[in-house]
Amino acid sequence: MTVLSSQKDPEALTLTIVAEFDAPVERVWQVWEDPRQLERWWGPPTWPATFTQHDFVAGGSSKYHMTGPEGEIAGGWWDNVVVAAPSRFEWVDGFSDENGDRSTEMPTIDGAVTIAEVDGKTRMTTVSTFGSVEQLEQLVQMGMEEGLKLAMGQIDGLLVEVPAN
Amino acid sequence: MVVDELSDTDVDRIFQALADATRRDILNRTMRGEQSVSALAQHYSMSFAAVQKHVAVLERAALVTKQRRGREQLVQGNAETLRRAAQLLDAYEQIWRNRVDRIGDLLSEPAKGMKE
Repeated sequence: MTVLSSQKDPEALTLTIVAEFDAPVERVWQVWEDPRQLERWWGPPTWPATFTQHDFVAGGSSKYHMTGPEGEIAGGWWDNVVVAAPSRFEWVDGFSDENGDRSTEMPTIDGAVTIAEVDGKTRMTTVSTFGSVEQLEQLVQMGMEEGLKLAMGQIDGLLVEVPAN
Repeated sequence: MVVDELSDTDVDRIFQALADATRRDILNRTMRGEQSVSALAQHYSMSFAAVQKHVAVLERAALVTKQRRGREQLVQGNAETLRRAAQLLDAYEQIWRNRVDRIGDLLSEPAKGMKE
């Protein structure tokens, strides 16, 4: 298992995923930095991503689209806020329409990734922050493909933060 | 409450109800089996009335149901509503788990053809 832990915080509306890889920090940074590697994992397998722009510097932007099984296009953009190789990346992820123009109707997601060496392995922590419960529901309803395939029933995650007494 | 027809207001209530550690603890305990309010109150350093208020918030969010039996009010966790709330965040967890799997695959490939 590469995923070490996940934590869902309904109050702060954050999702934190901690993963560990058997590769150097610099190598893990490359999967974010190199658009050809990035597009091999960002979109779901049935909706592969193509990054047509990846200005991976603070203040830079990226543009991508995902292509669905029937040839449908779902567009997206990133505003790259902090790009501190090889350890920290913060960005805003949004949607765009079929012309590649930024959507004003869909919410954005704040993302932050930290990459660090721990005991000879590389730990990658990603934190996704959502603006409101309505936005989160809008995003889920909108059909983030993989998410919708989920079976219900994982209630333990929400209860994980309960103090033990 | 019909679980797959939650309105935004319902969802807000659920998340607000879960935003408090005592309420999450009450929910945790009542998911395992029904408990009286007075039994719950023994676990917290607050008044019976304060615990009752927390239970009322959970009840409004349909996270628990309350019924009176004799002199006791019995509180029971409502798994269906909780599952619906968890599902929203689960959706995102699954996206990231899948991404992490694919990064793992990518990193385990030989370096050939990769940008160094």
